[in-house]
Amino acid sequence: MTSTSTPYAGREAPGPRPPLARGERMGSVVAYFVDVYRRVWRGSIIGRFLSPLMFLLSMGLGLGTLVDRSSGGVDGHTYLHFVVPAIIATQAMWVALGESTYQVRSYFKYNRMYDAMLATPLSVTDVLVGHLLTVAAHLTVATVVFVAVAALFGGFASWTVLLAVPVAVLTGLAFAVPIFGFSSRSDGDDGFNILFRLVITPLMLFSGTFFPVSQLPLVLQPVAWATPLWHGVELSRAAAYGRTDLWPCLGHLAVLLVFVGAGWVYTLRGYTKALVR
Amino acid sequence: MRSLPFGTVVRVTANGSATPAERPTRRRPAPTSGPILLARGLRKTFGEFTAVDGIDVEVQAGESFGFLGPNGAGKSSTMRMVGAVSPVSGGELRIFGLDPASDGPAIRARLGVCPQTDNLDDELTVEENLWIYGRYFGLSRAQVRERAAELLEFAQLTDRAGDKVEPLSGGMKRRLTIARSLINNPELLLLDEPTTGLDPQARHVLWDRLFRLKRSGVTLVITTHYMDEAEQLCDRLVVMDHGRIVAEGSPRDLIARYSTREVLELRFDADDQAAPAAALAGVGERLEVLPDRLLLYAHDGDAALSAASARGIRPLSALVRRSTLEDVFLHLTGRTLVD
Ligand SMILES: Nc1ncnc2c1ncn2[C@@H]1O[C@H](COP(=O)(O)OP(=O)(O)OP(=O)(O)O)[C@@H](O)[C@H]1O
Ligand SMILES: [Mg+2]
Repeated sequence: MTSTSTPYAGREAPGPRPPLARGERMGSVVAYFVDVYRRVWRGSIIGRFLSPLMFLLSMGLGLGTLVDRSSGGVDGHTYLHFVVPAIIATQAMWVALGESTYQVRSYFKYNRMYDAMLATPLSVTDVLVGHLLTVAAHLTVATVVFVAVAALFGGFASWTVLLAVPVAVLTGLAFAVPIFGFSSRSDGDDGFNILFRLVITPLMLFSGTFFPVSQLPLVLQPVAWATPLWHGVELSRAAAYGRTDLWPCLGHLAVLLVFVGAGWVYTLRGYTKALVR
Repeated sequence: MRSLPFGTVVRVTANGSATPAERPTRRRPAPTSGPILLARGLRKTFGEFTAVDGIDVEVQAGESFGFLGPNGAGKSSTMRMVGAVSPVSGGELRIFGLDPASDGPAIRARLGVCPQTDNLDDELTVEENLWIYGRYFGLSRAQVRERAAELLEFAQLTDRAGDKVEPLSGGMKRRLTIARSLINNPELLLLDEPTTGLDPQARHVLWDRLFRLKRSGVTLVITTHYMDEAEQLCDRLVVMDHGRIVAEGSPRDLIARYSTREVLELRFDADDQAAPAAALAGVGERLEVLPDRLLLYAHDGDAALSAASARGIRPLSALVRRSTLEDVFLHLTGRTLVD
């Protein structure tokens, strides 16, 4: 050892420099996004409280009262208990979208932050993982806030709802990871318009969020099965109900993991193509 | 833990401790054997298109080296390869003796890069931009803060440290980008058109800063399409056109080799340049006919002007000036650098 006080000293000295550990590299990327977040957190936090609150009031309590009165709830649960876990998963999807479309595009095209990062010892993988970790953190915070707010309104039947937090994070990532790749490839606004109008909005409506998929016309049901949102909603519901039917849950989990895994391959390729040129 | 890196730390600190404490110019280039930058037959292609077409370049530690060329010459493509971010399409490239294909991170750790377009985060403050960047190089929070303070001083941005970047002037942003590129104490600084788009005063401020860096021993590689910038900053330069190097030498060498000591510029009423051009045959060394003026290359511009008057040539205006790299470029490519 030397008398150097910190292991970093060599990084300022001329000549070969000690390489950064993977954690340091990704951590430095996360540090950037935390700084970015710090300047918008006020508006963002207010939004995080307000939008779920509005959903709770309108869907859960407003529509819920109507549904419960006319049909006695859904599958033996009150409409509020039925819809809240679904809103958790859906909110995760929206948070993921917010972080992975125009945001990502701007890091490529407008402020070119990715280019700036890659001129340093960071690699494309470091940058991508660092950014996705930030999205995961975001999803965690947003979900925890929502669960807390919903709990005040008696939104859950069971404490197992806490399991809905990791489920929501995974659901969000099942969107964010592939959509990062989509954004790395898209040029104009057409891509995003199509994504939102033709993919996301129908998903909202047909993924068993506001009513069970079994109510859908038979031909539409397989559509729901192919979407990450439905699996996220089902898993979230299982968590909130404290249900223990293991196999379906593992199936939903597997589908979400496949979206994340395949999305990773697709996205890393898109990033590399756009940034290493 | 980091058993391998520690071996490196020992060695680095041993020679790092010899660096003087003068800041931010506290460092001398590490004793590197061989050139800092070496390119042999370096090529860059984008699909069918060849942007860099087999160039040979060698830059030694402490040198200040320039790529001078017009739009599309392949300067930025070259810089991005040297910056170890753009893969080489052909030929050989070594930076600090390392191959960017296999040692990209190790090379980039020792480089400073000022890209052609600023890529600062406009929403963050001036100092936050520096802090964040230092972290990418693995500098501790304390190191980054200390270094950032020095660099803000150097870039004359200390009083804007806490301001957002967005409203800063172009010159200030450029200085910040350069300050940022120095956060890791680079041995080699790559500057892609450092002063394009700045007003003359801002350019002079920047040149002064770059000159200080050079004096402190940082190796500079600069691209520009301004001959005055190349003359000011570069010990040695190459003239690039269509992805190739068409000439190489010090600014003075190049002027001596490809131009005359002085140039006589003659302007005439719009369309009738042909007659005076013909009448000037034999005066001076060489005549260049541009759309808006005639350039007469001569060792003695005043003598050439008298000779022209003696032949009855009456220009709207006549100017005798010293020859510049622009003239070299014109001679080599038949085109002007800035359209
Ligand atoms: N990613 C890319 N894909 C396709 N072509 C490219 C790409 N980058 C550069 N080129 C082309 O390569 C050529 C050289 O570009 P380069 O940016 O290296 O020139 P330059 O000398 O820096 O010009 P300028 O002075 O305008 O900055 C140009 O014709 C440009 O269009
Ligand atoms: Mg360029």
